Amino acid sequence: MLETYLRRQREKKEILLMTHIVVGYPSFEASFEIVKAMVAAGVDLMELQIPFSEPIADGPVILRANQEVLARGARVRQALAFAERATAAFDIPFLFMTYCNIVYKYGVAEFAAEMSRIGMAGAIVPDLPPEEGTTYLAAMQTHQLAPIFIFSPTTGQERMRMLAGHGRGFIYCVARKGVTGQQTTFSEALEDYLARCRQATDLPLALGFGVKDRSDIDFLRGKADIAVIGTETIRLVDEHGVGAVEGFIRGLQP
Amino acid sequence: MHKRGYYAEFGGAFLPEILNATFDELEAVFEAAKADPDFWPAYQDVMATYSCRATPLTFAANLTRHFGGARIYVKREDLNHTGAHKANNVMGQGLLVKRMGKTRVIAETGAGQHGVATATMAARFGFECTIYMGEVDVERQRPNVFWMERLGATVVPVRNGTRILKDAINEAFRDWVGNMDTTHYVLGTACGPHPFPEMVTYFQSIIGREARRQILEREGRLPKRVYACVGGGSNAMGLFSGFLDDPVELVGVEAGGKGLASGRHAARLCSADASVGVAQGYRTFFLQDSDGQMRETHSISAGLDYVGVSPILANFKQSGRARFEAATDAEVLEALSLTMRREGLIPALESAHAFAQAFKEAPDMTPEDIVIINQSGRGDKDIFTIAEAFEDPAWREFIKHKAEQYDA
Repeated sequence: MLETYLRRQREKKEILLMTHIVVGYPSFEASFEIVKAMVAAGVDLMELQIPFSEPIADGPVILRANQEVLARGARVRQALAFAERATAAFDIPFLFMTYCNIVYKYGVAEFAAEMSRIGMAGAIVPDLPPEEGTTYLAAMQTHQLAPIFIFSPTTGQERMRMLAGHGRGFIYCVARKGVTGQQTTFSEALEDYLARCRQATDLPLALGFGVKDRSDIDFLRGKADIAVIGTETIRLVDEHGVGAVEGFIRGLQP
Repeated sequence: MHKRGYYAEFGGAFLPEILNATFDELEAVFEAAKADPDFWPAYQDVMATYSCRATPLTFAANLTRHFGGARIYVKREDLNHTGAHKANNVMGQGLLVKRMGKTRVIAETGAGQHGVATATMAARFGFECTIYMGEVDVERQRPNVFWMERLGATVVPVRNGTRILKDAINEAFRDWVGNMDTTHYVLGTACGPHPFPEMVTYFQSIIGREARRQILEREGRLPKRVYACVGGGSNAMGLFSGFLDDPVELVGVEAGGKGLASGRHAARLCSADASVGVAQGYRTFFLQDSDGQMRETHSISAGLDYVGVSPILANFKQSGRARFEAATDAEVLEALSLTMRREGLIPALESAHAFAQAFKEAPDMTPEDIVIINQSGRGDKDIFTIAEAFEDPAWREFIKHKAEQYDA
């Protein structure tokens, strides 16, 4: 169970680290090297994004990574094979991050069964709210997989409680209005928002969107359970290559 | 659980969480407006005094004689201010924006007509305005880009993906999730998450309500068939709305591009290349591959090459309430040519799809039968595309000469 694992890890560390990659970017081999480097640097769990042609919740950096992978002809089954290889090689939980249509076209029940077979822990599907996800929720339940739901600063208390009621593992709190990869102000307002999230659920809280350096993570210590590094590692790989990943991730932690 | 905005299996609201509250607000404002007995008359008044409504229903006597079959009428949405039916929807949404107290509007546009209409509405109502447009469409529709900018809008060319309409929609959503406190996204067609399909249809229904009244006044009976082109489906939903409860056949005409067998088309309802999927916030037929990745589309008309289609039309397709056909680029140019020569009407390339299908069917009907074609927009904006397609030598010389003048 993802939640149990996260609670156990939290006893050891003040804040956990979740990273994100777009599977196949900049290549499938490089993706695997990135995962390896991240695990070596002590990452606690990881999102593997299956590319989609219309990633509406992602900003320009992740959008471009999605499109480049697809332009080279990558298929969903290659992403699944990659995930199978990652779960076999590394002993941390992996989540899929993708959009509804990928799951829907694969077949919701089939997708959940495949996730279970290859040892995934759960999934984040940002355009699939619980209202539209009855079949998905049932399939995830059948295979004891964690559907991760998202809180945003515009989510009211009642809706937070509803979302938390359907979520398993943890809640992904989006730090601000907007898409991935833009500037976030780590401020009192963010602290108040996290306190509001905390009131709505007992599930561990992850904070993502705009987390990019050690000072951001220091700010989150004591306020969130998991810090999510997304766009920043793609920028790093683009600018300095795969070799820069391990040092960067190590530098984020005490 | 409460599921919103479904038309059988199509529609819904597949939204990132950040937009949930914004859609709740929009739905509430729209429902309140609909329930307000003063709202529709106020909307009609704006359209009458600002946008030339009611638009006429023109009897096409020469085309009727030419085909020797059904009596052909044309609903003249091209006579709306800014030259297309798009004005109906944007002025309506503009009134809702005022009710919400927002100060900025954004929109996506393919052919540019929706962008021009939105920029016009923003100028009229005093809103700040940003228009997202695929880079390919910016290239195809330069005159409309010129007008949007002159009207005070910022036009953002979208370089992502296939650089056409669907990519502009994604960019508009990205803008919206960061700025929804001040900004309304004026979605241009009867697609997207609930309540957009219903809301756009509501405003566009002014077309069908008028057309029904006009044909009864003129002929004392209903048409046998009505024809409308289908991109996202807003003008089709507008015309069809007037005849939903009547024994009238509704015919939607999609972009057949280079032909359905070529794979280079935008036919989502009448080709085997489309299947049901979920993207851009709603469930409908999309042109996509077996993984669920959206495919490239093609049409001579920038306004029809959208990858999805109104969930309401998808439902009509499945229930059999409407029939869907495709017209190829070549058929469209021929129909356009004939309409210009015989009637002095210049339909937009989009609208010419509806004409092309009606022309295929009119000769097999009798003089007792009436058909209405929705001329959703005027063709002026397409002058570069049409002149190139007809390989007009004098036009080519004109452009070369103009270019030389700029170089000098």
